[in-house]
Amino acid sequence: MNSEATTGNGADGTPRVSYIGNGSTLRSWLLTKDHKRIALMYLISVSVFFMMGGLYAAAIRLELLTPASDLLETATYNKVFTQHGVLMIFFFLIPSIPAILGNFLLPLMIGAKDLALPRINLLSLYIYWLGGALTLIGLMQGGVDTGWTFYTPYSTTFSNSYVMLVGLGIFINGFSSILTGLNFIVTIHTMRAPGMTWFRMPLFVWAHYATSLVMILGTPVVAITVLLLAIERAAHVGIFDPAIGGDPILFQHLFWFYSHPAVYIMILPGMGVISELISNFSRKKIFGYEFIAFSSIAIAVFGFLVWGHHMFVSGQSIYAGLVFSFLTMVVAVPSAIKMFNWTATMFKGSITFDTPMLYAMGFMGLFLIGGLTGLFLGSVGLTVHLTDTYFVVAHFHYVMVGGQVIAYLGGIHYWWPKMTGRMYSEFWGKISAMLVFIGFNLTFFPQFILGYLGMPRRYAAYPEELQVLNIFSTAGASVLGVGLVMPVVYLTMSLINGKKAEDNPWMHPGLEWRTSSPPPTENFDTPPVVTWEAYEFGEDSGLDIEGARRRHQESVVNA
Amino acid sequence: MSDNHNEGHIGYPGYIGVFAVLVVGTIFTYFSSFWDLDGMFFPGANTLLALLIAFTKMTFVILFFMHVYWNSKLIKLSAVASFFWLAIMFAYTMQDYLTRGSGVFGQ
Repeated sequence: MNSEATTGNGADGTPRVSYIGNGSTLRSWLLTKDHKRIALMYLISVSVFFMMGGLYAAAIRLELLTPASDLLETATYNKVFTQHGVLMIFFFLIPSIPAILGNFLLPLMIGAKDLALPRINLLSLYIYWLGGALTLIGLMQGGVDTGWTFYTPYSTTFSNSYVMLVGLGIFINGFSSILTGLNFIVTIHTMRAPGMTWFRMPLFVWAHYATSLVMILGTPVVAITVLLLAIERAAHVGIFDPAIGGDPILFQHLFWFYSHPAVYIMILPGMGVISELISNFSRKKIFGYEFIAFSSIAIAVFGFLVWGHHMFVSGQSIYAGLVFSFLTMVVAVPSAIKMFNWTATMFKGSITFDTPMLYAMGFMGLFLIGGLTGLFLGSVGLTVHLTDTYFVVAHFHYVMVGGQVIAYLGGIHYWWPKMTGRMYSEFWGKISAMLVFIGFNLTFFPQFILGYLGMPRRYAAYPEELQVLNIFSTAGASVLGVGLVMPVVYLTMSLINGKKAEDNPWMHPGLEWRTSSPPPTENFDTPPVVTWEAYEFGEDSGLDIEGARRRHQESVVNA
Repeated sequence: MSDNHNEGHIGYPGYIGVFAVLVVGTIFTYFSSFWDLDGMFFPGANTLLALLIAFTKMTFVILFFMHVYWNSKLIKLSAVASFFWLAIMFAYTMQDYLTRGSGVFGQ
């Protein structure tokens, strides 16, 4: 990475030091307050958790290759799927886009030198590490077998696994999320460059603003819920266990009050990434900017009102089920607004099928299926048949993996040149994107059918007549695994032998593309003044984007 | 932060006064739990009184210890919004508990 030590010349002609070259000691990284360096450390940490969660997923799919419980004992299987869920949700899906891409890009996109609270930003990384370390210690000592939802009274009374330690890890990790959200909100309110009005902000920033609201308002509730769980488990105070005067449904209310909005913590930043990709790779101003911006806020608000749809068969009252079912249908509207607007943006756009755009288009198809199958599960009658089956597993993987992970991968590819100053192999990028898409569908589409046929989730064994579909699913997981490992290889290789990235390799108008690749520590040579609208490809953008693109194409043709 | 942020708002006497309110509230909560308000008025009256005292104490903490009283309207709005969120959680949870065992429209 030494070649990225300098990054062109500054306004006064002197060589600029890039954020990567600004200190190479361990101390310079561990004590940095630079949002870009913190984002890179998050990238490495989150990737480690993603790989560990992926290994658990591989164990699950291998066990389900045959109908009998032969590879893993049933008790071990309980731990494996629990730990897959815990690692993926709390340590990968929730922090990945906000902590990596959000941290790196948010100040660049609004023309700020850093986040408003740089020390708090570093603190949130350390809290993430501490929470992750405690959770990993819990997993290594014997793990936890309650499912990632920690439902009571099993988790408080019966489970003899490491519920307390893993719960403590999640409790602590929640504060990392809260601090990141707080930092983003303060930064967006106070650090925007002159001319960067609210309606000139990239939709990525709007999405992170909405996500931050959910983080701040929701995360404390799950923290307190886990604390109450610990109090009941340790001190036998009757909160959730009916045997000592508690109510197990109360746990589900409190847990899902956070954990359903947490779905939006995961998906909203992904939607922000997709808005950037669709508009920029269609080379067209996004259709209905204000509607997309406010639909993010609407999702954040309505997302808090629908948690009861996870509890339709829990013993919750029929009336409450009816209300939550109606509100679930309502929350689909802002998501649909985004889908329609992205499609309208692509209409008559000048679309280029670069790797990030392949991911964006994959997102639209997969999230659509994930969202529509959510309506099945939100219908009180049908959900009685589908609850706790593989239909639910397929649905949330279409939203979480087909949505969030695909968006994350698209975003990483899109901003990789800016983050590292290097271009990756477009050929391998496209192959990987297609493998992920095919592998994902092969893995999870059969699970809709399995669920509809009645295969319950969280069991290591199943009837023989369901084996063919399970073999499809495991085969798909292998393809998906290859597709996910490939970027690790070619992105790492790009750091060694990748072509040097230009400042604006995609020729896009966003503020982050108007500084060097990789950016200097201060982000911009001179504080930017924004005089153009978001996603402005015309002359008003201040860049001769179309001219540069034409010249680039001519040079390719001549070559 | 607010432009008129000032550490010396109410001084030590003020802070001690607020602390005294909290202590009195705690003592009052303790003794009120011995009164049979549920029997005298309606079921849940004891809990309601305890919550009212707790809410009063909390208001003092937020306004004076957390300096919200002297802060900008945006900060005040944020504080109020967080209680609105809490109200949503209570209200939607209670719509389950209060209608448990009854049909859709209370039949």
